[in-house]
Amino acid sequence: MGLEMNDKIIRLENIVRIYQIGETQVQALRGITYSVNYSEFLAIMGPSGSGKSTLMSILGLLDRPTSGQYFLEGVDVSKLSRDEMAAIRNRKIGFVFQNFNLLSRTSALENVELPMIYSHISSKEARDRAMAALAAVGLKGWEHHRTNQLSGGQMQRVAIARALVNDPTLILADEPTGNLDSKTGAEIMDIFCRLNQERNITLIMVTHDPVIASYARRRLYLKDGQIVGEEVSQGACDRAPASGG
Amino acid sequence: MRALARNKMRSFLTILGIIIGVAAVIAMVSIGEGAKKGIEERFASMGTNLLFVYPGSRNIRGVQSGFGGFTNLKPDDAKAIEERCDAVKATSPSINTRAQVVYANKNWNTQIQGTGEKFPEIRNWRVVEGVYFDESHVASGAKVCVLGSLVKQNLFEDEDPIGKTIRINKIPFTVIGVLESKGEQGGFFNRDDMIAAPYTTVMRRLRGVDYINSIDVAAVSADKTSEAQRQIEELMRERHRIAPGAEDDFQVRNIADVAESAAESTKIMTILLGSIAGISLIVGGIGIMNIMLVSVTERIREIGVRLAVGARERDILLQFLIEAVVLSVTGGVIGIIVGVGASRLMKYISLFSNITTVVTPESIMLAFFFAASVGIFFGYYPARKASKLDPIEALRYE
Repeated sequence: MGLEMNDKIIRLENIVRIYQIGETQVQALRGITYSVNYSEFLAIMGPSGSGKSTLMSILGLLDRPTSGQYFLEGVDVSKLSRDEMAAIRNRKIGFVFQNFNLLSRTSALENVELPMIYSHISSKEARDRAMAALAAVGLKGWEHHRTNQLSGGQMQRVAIARALVNDPTLILADEPTGNLDSKTGAEIMDIFCRLNQERNITLIMVTHDPVIASYARRRLYLKDGQIVGEEVSQGACDRAPASGG
Repeated sequence: MRALARNKMRSFLTILGIIIGVAAVIAMVSIGEGAKKGIEERFASMGTNLLFVYPGSRNIRGVQSGFGGFTNLKPDDAKAIEERCDAVKATSPSINTRAQVVYANKNWNTQIQGTGEKFPEIRNWRVVEGVYFDESHVASGAKVCVLGSLVKQNLFEDEDPIGKTIRINKIPFTVIGVLESKGEQGGFFNRDDMIAAPYTTVMRRLRGVDYINSIDVAAVSADKTSEAQRQIEELMRERHRIAPGAEDDFQVRNIADVAESAAESTKIMTILLGSIAGISLIVGGIGIMNIMLVSVTERIREIGVRLAVGARERDILLQFLIEAVVLSVTGGVIGIIVGVGASRLMKYISLFSNITTVVTPESIMLAFFFAASVGIFFGYYPARKASKLDPIEALRYE
């Protein structure tokens, strides 16, 4: 069984998350047990309040479960300290948010360099890697533009480049197309598909848009803090021209 | 760092408090140091063989008299010291009063210093015009006087004062000489603002008393001062009939002692002025804390992003702490420039014209390090608050 476990990038064992709001307790997650394969493209769907954001926070090591165990690449990460969690986020996890979360009045390049400040990479190498990441998301030539001079789609590309720059094994995207029109959204999804297929990065995406979710190979449905269904099919990525294997 | 440049106006207002604080510390301490230096120079110019005899506290039938209310020092004591102590070269009795001085349509309030004829020799103070009064003037209590250069300037301007009559407390005195200027190095008072007259005249005509305030003594040389001091003490105990073991009713102090106690009092003043200015630095520090707290609140989203991409608590703490220190150090540097400028400028403002200021490297260092530590101290709380933010809440913050 141990061998099998190591094939999974993520293994969740009965994850429970209870929020204490004043005197009342809110159970956001009521025992999630689930595993994610390496190089998977997973979409988590569900109505608001279903616990999908809480699950993303725990998967992204921004939050700790109240009980249960979370194994990331075979290592139990459910009881780490804040700084240990920060170090893993820095090395292994990339985040893409609905509202981009870029530093305003700062250049695209500096935004992409940000994670490398905290992994003690020389400024020369950081610059090279940030340039390469920006080129990979199709922003060659836009490096020195400030983020407030960019369009929504461009800002999300900067955010993806930032998620990519430390060579993560896992990228977590929270409604990445929520603030974009459908055409730009499709472009962003193409980038995700390429990262998933060409770099074998595991992608987990929260969305409530069935069209966007259809890009993923596997879809997980959440309701009231529990898994209520799972669907596996050929994702739109597999049919896209970008596909290479 | 970039955040500071983005909010130039706000950063400037924040450091204004530090600028004023540091400038005030430097300017205030420079006044104190100036006074100290003035005192040192004044005593140095008087000569190192100088001693003073003061009346001491006296116990009369159990009643301890206060300092300054003594009447037991007489002109004869001065005469005896000069005649009978062989380590003593010269003495001059000293008695002072303040008086209104009138010449023609001008008048001036100044110090009248009653001295013996050897005063210029003892104090190393030359007469530049006319002559100093001699033994016969002193013996007869003649109504003659010698002007300090500031008094001469105020009463006579370019007129020749020799032979003119001035009225001191309505009593006519003939001016027979003018003393050389000793300059303004006295700190808060000007030594040229005085009139010298025979002590006998000051005692009888101006004060109406039979005692003197102190005796100036010149030892034969600088290395004989302690011997002179011992001889004077012996003689005075004998003259004042003080029983063995009883307390002296006088005290003999040499110039080094006097200079030391004067320096001590200016030191206290320097500390006092410096600490008042230091309070304004602390107020400036509170301003920094306030603005850093605002800055943290404004940048919660940014902090959330930094935490999400892997910043540790220490990274965030350092970032904000460095911002606070950059603010306070910048303020410190500008404050030093302003402070040094202000203490230089003080000479040209008439109100402070007789205040000497000296800016020492120590006061600059002190102000600078104080400013930097104010930055660390008051920057720490906001920085810590930022570093303890919950990344999820910070990312969601609107």
